[in-house]
Amino acid sequence: MAKTISQILLDTPKVDKVGVEERVARIQTRSVKGPSKSQGLKMVLNMIDLTTLEGKDTQGKVRQMCYKAHHLHDAIPNLPAVAAVCVYPSMVKLAKKELRNTQVKIASVSTAFPSGQAPLEVKIIDTKFAVDNGADEIDMVISRGRFLQGEFQYVYDEIAQIKEACGKARLKVILETGELATLDNVRLASDIAIHAGADFIKTSTGKIQPAATMQVTYTMLMAIQDHFAETGNMIGMKPAGGISTAKLALHNLIMVKEVLGDDWLTNEWFRFGASSLANDVLMQIIKNESGYYASPDYISID
Amino acid sequence: MKNKEKWPLSPSMESTQHISLKKQYALFIDGKWVAPNSGKYFPSINPADESHIADISHANEKDVDLAVRAARKAFPSWSGLAPSERAKYLFRIARIMQEKSRELAVIETLDGGKPIRESRDIDVPLACNHFFYYAGWADKLAYAFPNRQVEPLGVAGQIIPWNFPLLMAAWKIAPALATGNTVVLKPAETTSLTALKLAEIIEEAGLPKGVVNIITGFGDTGSALVNHPDINKIAFTGSTNVGKIIQRAIAGTGKKATLELGGKSANIIFDDAPIDQAVEGIVNGIFFNQGHVCCAGSRLFVQENIADKVIRKLKLRMKSLYVGNPLDKNTDIGAINSKEQLKTIESYISIGKKEGAEIYQPACDLPKKGFYCLPTLFLHVAQSHTVVQEEIFGPVLTIQTFRTIDEVIQKANNTPYGLAAGVWTDKGSRIFNLTTKLKAGVVWANTYNKFDPTSPFGGYKESGFGREGGIHGLAAYVKLS
Repeated sequence: MAKTISQILLDTPKVDKVGVEERVARIQTRSVKGPSKSQGLKMVLNMIDLTTLEGKDTQGKVRQMCYKAHHLHDAIPNLPAVAAVCVYPSMVKLAKKELRNTQVKIASVSTAFPSGQAPLEVKIIDTKFAVDNGADEIDMVISRGRFLQGEFQYVYDEIAQIKEACGKARLKVILETGELATLDNVRLASDIAIHAGADFIKTSTGKIQPAATMQVTYTMLMAIQDHFAETGNMIGMKPAGGISTAKLALHNLIMVKEVLGDDWLTNEWFRFGASSLANDVLMQIIKNESGYYASPDYISID
Repeated sequence: MKNKEKWPLSPSMESTQHISLKKQYALFIDGKWVAPNSGKYFPSINPADESHIADISHANEKDVDLAVRAARKAFPSWSGLAPSERAKYLFRIARIMQEKSRELAVIETLDGGKPIRESRDIDVPLACNHFFYYAGWADKLAYAFPNRQVEPLGVAGQIIPWNFPLLMAAWKIAPALATGNTVVLKPAETTSLTALKLAEIIEEAGLPKGVVNIITGFGDTGSALVNHPDINKIAFTGSTNVGKIIQRAIAGTGKKATLELGGKSANIIFDDAPIDQAVEGIVNGIFFNQGHVCCAGSRLFVQENIADKVIRKLKLRMKSLYVGNPLDKNTDIGAINSKEQLKTIESYISIGKKEGAEIYQPACDLPKKGFYCLPTLFLHVAQSHTVVQEEIFGPVLTIQTFRTIDEVIQKANNTPYGLAAGVWTDKGSRIFNLTTKLKAGVVWANTYNKFDPTSPFGGYKESGFGREGGIHGLAAYVKLS
């Protein structure tokens, strides 16, 4: 059963930053070579939420990105599509149309992304609008100001209400860890989000630095591990922002493997929120097949 | 080596193409490589696959005498050299070691069985840093011991163990040379190779002949060194039993000694500790270097109200450890150093079972050849269990629970040893309370098995006496007046 705020505050463990840094450094000494590298790179592609979240987004930009989402690099046969495209609510209808008859999901940010500084009613309308337009997944932001003010119950209730507004859409809860400042806060916010109904917890909006550091993602993965041990329920994880190289993405996967196990190594439970990661992974895949690095001009930008 | 993995990690073997090893090693005496007087050689075995690596000289009493004479002959000019000149040699050795760090790491792993990750990231860099650190002290001894006259002791006989072969050689040689002593060093019989590579580096650095002599062999070689009348100082790291023999042998001779012996160190987890990092600390404390660590956190004390959680998390973490070929860059736990040590560990495991302790080992395939031991927990044990009392020197952890601070202090100190301890808590005041009450030479707070050349290391009670590292490490090699 979901825990109350007071129970969460009692149970949330302390996090030692130095210890987390050491653990992460050790994960980053793992060497991914040969067949496991090829397999890992394809898994990464299939876990990407291809994202455009800018004020200057246009229908044309979204349409192009949607095509790229299931035509990553047609020169290499049997490449997977990405997991989803991630857009603003106003673009959901278009994306849904462009991606009909594909496996690619439509994720929409909501709740006055990225700041979340809007009344709850507006956030609910924002969410319902995206769902009604066909969003399969909702990426909401928590109220960081309220969290830092100590109003954990507010944060909890807000997530629960958005979850209700989501209906069948899966809910990803963005903690915006760059604004929470400490790993203790990251852990507490993760526990609140999980118990309030998150299907996924997500690090960042991509608008604030630092974003998805391995230390932050590790801390959130530990929250998921504890929840699974206590309840048997799986929660998904989505690091977003700052993961732009294949190497860093593979290190993230190794971390998921070691902390949560191989069951999480699917796009049902793990995603990368990224705009430029796909092309770096493609470049590595081309290198694996041909033995040399292609110029970036051989890989399309959309 | 794991079952049912969706994404298995492919082997990622460190190359051995770049190393150079001789088929047979002579003794390094007086700046020359000389065949052993005994005419005897013994094989050095790779514990990961039991293959033969090289033949090592077995030095006898005559060889030891030659080495000590060479060191004695070199002593006046070495101790008379301008301290800044001595520093230059040490810096030079440190730099050449750094240049050859990859080769040294691979040989350390081949010869001793430790994972390449550890020899590459821990042993070799730390060994280099010890030379750098003590090189810095060589011309600043007046500042280390203000208002005192500082003189070297003379010839130091140094006997080192097989768990950190190169690192222990550096711990011993660097402070001895910095303070103007000359050295006869004997590595352990199962792990002579990196000490012999170090001899090659010393040769390359142009160190005056006889200042460092490296002789290889077994216990009889060490015994001849300890009993040689012209030795001024014995520095020994190894078992408490041998330490006692050495102490008896040098009684009344005027030889000085530092002994760094065994341990059965307590790692203490309080209920307010950062629990996941504490679990990492438990893993680093006992499974680092297959548990072949004198200060290994081999007795775990967990506050009773969080014991179930800690044990659950520890078991889960152990499932993600890779046990296998130490040359694989992803290996966490490599090979046990020798067949004898594996037998010792296995006999303790069967004693633990016989005494009724609950055992846990993760499911994991081990290589068919070589000496391997699964990481092992003994749960719900008491101070009275043999596995809690005796040093196992392997990847075996005993877990006890406690209720109060006083209880855990009492139990942590209730051992003949006193080398190290770990304390895990979110409360600063509790850390300081415990550090003053735990009878251990080193107490780590919210970490474990951290080493640095600037930090003194050593124990009390049956864990020995004297300190290595830091300014304290210099004191072990000087006469003050």
